[in-house]
Amino acid sequence: MTTLDSSKEIQKNNSEVNETHEDFRMFGLITFLIADGMTFAGFFAAYLTYKAVNPLPDGAIYELELPIPTLNTILLLVSSATFHKAGKALLKDKNSDSQKWLFFTAFLGIIFLICQLFEYFHLPFGLTDNLFASTFYALTGFHGLHVTLGTLMILIIAWQSRINGGRLTSQNMFPLEAVELYWHFVDGIWVILFIILYLL
Amino acid sequence: MTISIDPQKTNNESLQPKGWLRYFSFSLDHKVIGIQYLVCGFLFYLIGGSLASAIRIELASPMSDFMPRDVYNQVLTLHGTIMIFLWIVPVVNGAFGNYLIPFYVGARDMAFPRLNAVAFWLIPPSGLMLVASYFVEGAAQAGWTAYPPLSITTPQSGQIIWILSVLLLGGSSIFGGINFIATIIKLRRPGLKLMQLPMYCWAMLGTSLLVVLSTPVLAGTLILLSFDIIANTGFFNPVLGGNVVVYQHLFWFYSHPAVYIMVLPAFGLVSEILPVHARKPLFGYTTMVFSIMGIVVLGLVVWAHHMFTSGTPPWMRLFFTIATAFIAVPTGIKFFNWVATLWGGKISINSAMLFSCGFIINFVFGGITGVALAQVPFDIHVHDTYFVVAHFHYIVYGGTVFIIFSSIYHWFPKATGKMLNEKLGILHFIITFIGFNLCFAPQHWLGLNGMPRRVAEYDPQFQFVNQISSLGALLMAISTIPFLINVFLSLRNGKDAGDNPWNALTPEWLTSSPPPVENWEGEAPLVEEPYGYGKEISEQK
Repeated sequence: MTTLDSSKEIQKNNSEVNETHEDFRMFGLITFLIADGMTFAGFFAAYLTYKAVNPLPDGAIYELELPIPTLNTILLLVSSATFHKAGKALLKDKNSDSQKWLFFTAFLGIIFLICQLFEYFHLPFGLTDNLFASTFYALTGFHGLHVTLGTLMILIIAWQSRINGGRLTSQNMFPLEAVELYWHFVDGIWVILFIILYLL
Repeated sequence: MTISIDPQKTNNESLQPKGWLRYFSFSLDHKVIGIQYLVCGFLFYLIGGSLASAIRIELASPMSDFMPRDVYNQVLTLHGTIMIFLWIVPVVNGAFGNYLIPFYVGARDMAFPRLNAVAFWLIPPSGLMLVASYFVEGAAQAGWTAYPPLSITTPQSGQIIWILSVLLLGGSSIFGGINFIATIIKLRRPGLKLMQLPMYCWAMLGTSLLVVLSTPVLAGTLILLSFDIIANTGFFNPVLGGNVVVYQHLFWFYSHPAVYIMVLPAFGLVSEILPVHARKPLFGYTTMVFSIMGIVVLGLVVWAHHMFTSGTPPWMRLFFTIATAFIAVPTGIKFFNWVATLWGGKISINSAMLFSCGFIINFVFGGITGVALAQVPFDIHVHDTYFVVAHFHYIVYGGTVFIIFSSIYHWFPKATGKMLNEKLGILHFIITFIGFNLCFAPQHWLGLNGMPRRVAEYDPQFQFVNQISSLGALLMAISTIPFLINVFLSLRNGKDAGDNPWNALTPEWLTSSPPPVENWEGEAPLVEEPYGYGKEISEQK
């Protein structure tokens, strides 16, 4: 039955009720990452369509070398593992260990970006040379932007996990969990990107 | 893990400005944000409507004498973009969603109030930017679709501002979508089951899924387009080896779901309004829910029916024709459910009800032309003619805008505590309904006879019918006047509404009008039957 009068029956003074609700920040983040993943999906779909429909014109140069991106894949996968280590350490209240692992993860992220830039400078084609060159730079650049943001966020939470006065404790794990999920997402996107762009 | 809400923090109303000032502030109250969305959207509706009037004045004569051709293109681009991204989408999602969804799930606010305020405050700057681009150095001219190569070859500054503005609006839309999904799924009052939610919650859940899944693709596409314009890449430029059809695929992957983003919330709102004014339970609740979800799934796989003349291969035409025709099934179920809700009801003929019935009539007409357009042979005949213009205005204006007005008449008493004047409301409906049909029904004929759209000049044989259409547009412009007079008069000295003027059962009517900051004085009421009309109702006040 409908409760037309229930608001009158349960007249409590709101200021005395200490209300609680579930933490759904992680849920919101996952929804956002799905949306972000759709942006990449659009880029991948465009790239694959070009590959199927638009032939490379005569004389156009589009060659990729494997060593640097393979190294980058390994770097990101290792960084996912080290990030996980940081979370485990924080859970056991070992803040200084956690901080070390976080800095190491950020370091791997920076190495990744340096390798990426090194690759950019040594590729035989530029942004506007041909369709595939443009798509390559747009895709890796957009992913690199994500890695840059992720590295900055890791540095921020590494600062927050300092022992005296840091916000990040085993009671307040959310910042670390959120950045970790984002970082795994960026790694996963890289693996897909590596397969589609370099191996296919 | 749970978050405890510090009572001192939540009740700290003194931090928020009061009175009129709060509508110009970074308020976190979902009701304030809802009204911000509505008023901001309505101002842009007036701008977009003025542009529409300019278009109809130009089309009253076959020559381009009222404005030059490039200005005509700019005006129609601005008209389309403003009406879609700054009026329909923010109002039917943001305004009513923010106002109603927390009530319906029994919450005190949205799941992420700050994100909510950010989502709203992205809209005014991007809208102003879009309008300002007209005065700076030539606005965008490529239509709201911004198809390359047209969007690459026309003057670039306006197009870039257009892209930036749409990107910001898309961001706002995504933030809103995330917020609605989290609110509906996670913030429900304990004891309230999903299948007990009012229908608008389901509509907003479906809409938000579409927003989250498809808007990012538009963002990516527009980023690539801006690369083409600024950095001289060739993604969509055939001269540089690019492919224009890829743009169309990516664009319509967002923009066909965008049609449902514009119309699904209207389906939800009409499902709230009809039972109240017909005093009957909503017919076929479960089928309504499955229809909405069916439309969401099918809506994502029909985009290429906009591209039958873009050299799509036969298998693609076949698939997208069939998929599009399938959408008529869930939509038809909803239509029959609304009619069945009215059947044998104790109908009150008031402005809200009239606009809702107008919606049903217009929408079924727009739906029928939609099924016709999905058929490849017919579509090739009328592609890019006024038939298409008539079709989507029947959906977007005759459908969604009618429901926006209906909802304003229905919820104005709740938001302000004052009733709107019924006589002025009925006058508003009559002028709008006649004007709308006079304006757009003749355009079907124009399209069938081959008058192309988006062109300032036309064959003189179409002049008479175009003048009828322009007369209808004039009536539509006039119809805004009784509405505005009504709103201002009622705000000043309207009849007091009381808490529940319609004797409705949905939760927003169980609190005072206007509702207090945290929605309820005590605990949120548990409404298990939001449509329990006609059953025994215990001691209604």
